[in-house]
Amino acid sequence: MSTATATTHNDDAHHHGPEKGLMRWVRTTNHKDIGTLYLWFSFIMLLTGGAMAMMIRLELLAPGLQYVDPQFFNSLTTMHGLIMVFGAIMPAFVGLANWQVPMMIGAPDMALPRMNNWSFWILPFAATLLISSFFVEGGAPGSGWTMYAPLSTTYAPKSMDFVIFAIHLLGFSSIMGAINIIATITNMRAPGMRLMDMPLFVWTWLITAFLLIAVMPVLAGAVTMMLTDRNFGTSFFSAAGGGDPVMFQHIFWFFGHPEVYIMILPAFGIASQIIPTFARKPLFGYASMVYATASIAILSFVVWAHHMFLVGMPIEGQLYFMYATILISVPTGIKVFNWIATMWRGSMTFEAPMLWALSFVILFTVGGFTGLMLGVVPADIQYHDTYFVVAHFHYVLVTGALWAIIAGVYYWFPKWTGRMYDEKLAKIHFWWAVISVNVLFFPQHFLGLAGMPRRYADYSIQFTDFNVLSSIGGFAFGASFILYAYILIKGIVAGKKVEENAPWESATTLEWVIPTPAPYHSFETPPTQEQIDRASQHIHTH
Amino acid sequence: MGIQMKNTKKTLSSVNIFAKRFVSSIIAISSFLFAFNAYANFGLNTSNGYNMPRGVTEMSHQIYDLHMIIFYVCVAIGIGVFGVMGYSMYKHRKSKGSKAANFHENIKVEIIWTIIPLIILIIIAIPATKVLIEREDVSKADINIKVTGSQWKWRYEYMDSDAKGISFFSNLDKRSREQLQTSIDTGVSPSYENYLVNVDNRLIVPTGVKIRFLITASDVIHSWWVPDFGVKQDAIPGFVNATWAIIPPGKEGVYRGECAELCGKDHAYMPVVVEAVSQEEFTRWVGEFHNAKKDAQKNANKEWTEKDLMTAGEQAYGSYCAACHQATGKGIEGIFPSVVDSAMVIGDKKELAMQILNGKGAMSAFRDQLDDAQIAAVMQFLRNGFNKVGDITQPSEVKAWR
Repeated sequence: MSTATATTHNDDAHHHGPEKGLMRWVRTTNHKDIGTLYLWFSFIMLLTGGAMAMMIRLELLAPGLQYVDPQFFNSLTTMHGLIMVFGAIMPAFVGLANWQVPMMIGAPDMALPRMNNWSFWILPFAATLLISSFFVEGGAPGSGWTMYAPLSTTYAPKSMDFVIFAIHLLGFSSIMGAINIIATITNMRAPGMRLMDMPLFVWTWLITAFLLIAVMPVLAGAVTMMLTDRNFGTSFFSAAGGGDPVMFQHIFWFFGHPEVYIMILPAFGIASQIIPTFARKPLFGYASMVYATASIAILSFVVWAHHMFLVGMPIEGQLYFMYATILISVPTGIKVFNWIATMWRGSMTFEAPMLWALSFVILFTVGGFTGLMLGVVPADIQYHDTYFVVAHFHYVLVTGALWAIIAGVYYWFPKWTGRMYDEKLAKIHFWWAVISVNVLFFPQHFLGLAGMPRRYADYSIQFTDFNVLSSIGGFAFGASFILYAYILIKGIVAGKKVEENAPWESATTLEWVIPTPAPYHSFETPPTQEQIDRASQHIHTH
Repeated sequence: MGIQMKNTKKTLSSVNIFAKRFVSSIIAISSFLFAFNAYANFGLNTSNGYNMPRGVTEMSHQIYDLHMIIFYVCVAIGIGVFGVMGYSMYKHRKSKGSKAANFHENIKVEIIWTIIPLIILIIIAIPATKVLIEREDVSKADINIKVTGSQWKWRYEYMDSDAKGISFFSNLDKRSREQLQTSIDTGVSPSYENYLVNVDNRLIVPTGVKIRFLITASDVIHSWWVPDFGVKQDAIPGFVNATWAIIPPGKEGVYRGECAELCGKDHAYMPVVVEAVSQEEFTRWVGEFHNAKKDAQKNANKEWTEKDLMTAGEQAYGSYCAACHQATGKGIEGIFPSVVDSAMVIGDKKELAMQILNGKGAMSAFRDQLDDAQIAAVMQFLRNGFNKVGDITQPSEVKAWR
């Protein structure tokens, strides 16, 4: 009797679709709705941070100060960094996780749907608080996204307190998102799906979520100490009161280094889904991919001081951090080799997701090379705090993390919307972006080596030519996002309808066994063992 | 330093100036198109414009060599990896009729591509360790120079023998400041070849001896960088870092560098300029410096006219105060207070003098940067240039308060 009642009740649930109107988005607990919210939010933040980057490149178009004053320039670089890291890249990956993780493990939704809603809805408020710092007396903070004390404490405008609270809120959101992802992956996998059957994207996100839980509280601690130094007379970071400004850097980078892996591990996961699909061949070295991801995550906790080789560390410290840092290139190299071995003797086609994924592999590797160079301490003496560093981290974050996000969006677009984006326009978008982004960032290597420090509002005239080149590339790259937005909106509104479950013929993971577009509630009955086995082809094709 | 803060809204609403700015940007673009190879070694920077300068010291040579080694290692790996990848992208495409194989692991290959990178890393780490150990050996220095970074200038103090007691500040030079102001006012880009890499007072050092730089800061973190020496070290308030350089004899000349750690508004405007001179020249300079200082002390005791004070005050304000309080005296709301109609400025003379001498909050102490005559002159300019107090401050008064 009670069983029958339960079934009837469930049947009701099956038939209810999304709520109508605006309240659907406010009250939603559906992982797909929340994923959509995350993705649009991060796209808006990307354009906001991008607009700031355009202003930075405009000022750097010529030596002298033509457009902004240096204080405002510093605010721009600071807010560009904070918005891109916390507003664009991280929420975009959480959005992808929300959409994809439940579908890829054959689960109906995230494990904690109400918390999921809250994790998202904190973000717009945090972003508003962050951006409103521009309108506070004294302007937005100009101490860089790294917020080094005492420039961020004694010497910062009032708006720094806004940024501190915004970071607290962003931290809450990230931690809740991470808990949700861990709970979902550990508890909600389809019966019969073992950990080593999970798609790489799910694996990389599981590991990333642990990193988030471990380090976001550390950042919260660092900014809270800043808050009390600023307002309540403590001296954590002031030598005059017995504190130490370098301690801030240690705490910040203990968060900051795992943070850069938080932004790249899910990107590895996306590349590991796309390349096998378009090479029509199983991922090479699945197990070693998982172990390499885990090793990178563990190593990321023990290399933080390579961001601060010039603060006057003891030589033993410098040597240790150099060795540990360059060691990371081993598991990272394994991943690159595995992707290439996946391509080897495949049957490749080059649709937009594949183009973005392959250029991700190449350009991320370029960023990896400069990372290796930066890890060698004596050479870092010259590279440190120059445009060489700027070039390095934009190669790993723009042509690394952002590239993978764009690749993922094109890849899963038909599954999400039930329509196909315009392939021809997407190819134009790709070539436009990949050329302009290299015109933008490659000359910055030269600028840095020739001696231009980063975070400079103005420069000596010997640096003019490469800055002009970089700015031209910057404007072209910025404009490519107008095309991107057009392609997405055109695809959603008027794209060709996709009928088949798997528009990419050789895509095997579980999101491709359900109808297209993915129904509001998917996997209300778990996938069959056969479907799971086919999805995890890496194990069962022995 | 007289960077005038400009009202961004006002500037942007002026179509005329915006157009001028854009024209200057276009000029910059065409200079790039037509003169890509024309620029080379402004100043004595030994950089070729796109690679790290080899520099002039043994240490900078070692760093350069290490940089080139890792660079070529990366290039070699890159050629290998991207070569294989490119071959595969060309050869293993469906349109060429490639049929997908089904292999998905190979323990032997995976072990090989774990071991080989490890060996490469060890090969890189050995020379890197050697150079690092040498760099960290700051013992047995012949002379010691204390370098203090403050917003936005450097202070140099000589610690040994004859040169002991020599101490001065090094600010961005006047010509750079003028060209910067021109670019703000009219949008015309600076054309001066040493724009932003020249200072009023250079650090003078002898060649052929081991110079130990003791680096610290008085407010926020800075970083003292001279690329040609292979020297860069963070200047941290409350802590002293040491590094060193030996400039070989025969390499006398001017070496230019910059502040490398974000230190606030005028981070880009506090260059480092070092002039390396022979031992004899250095001894002569030390003597001259001591003599000049005696002359300056005489100034403090004489009675100044109001006019002389105002002139000297305006100049000193431009060099030392305008970076924060702005050329208009109105400061920047919320960060740098206005000196116009400020109760502090028009109030008690002694209190004002004490704040200039000792600093307060984010404002640094000017006790060591300005002599009595300069402080009196600045006070005269503050009280009777920006404000109308109608009094006179003599250097002798400042001397008594100091």
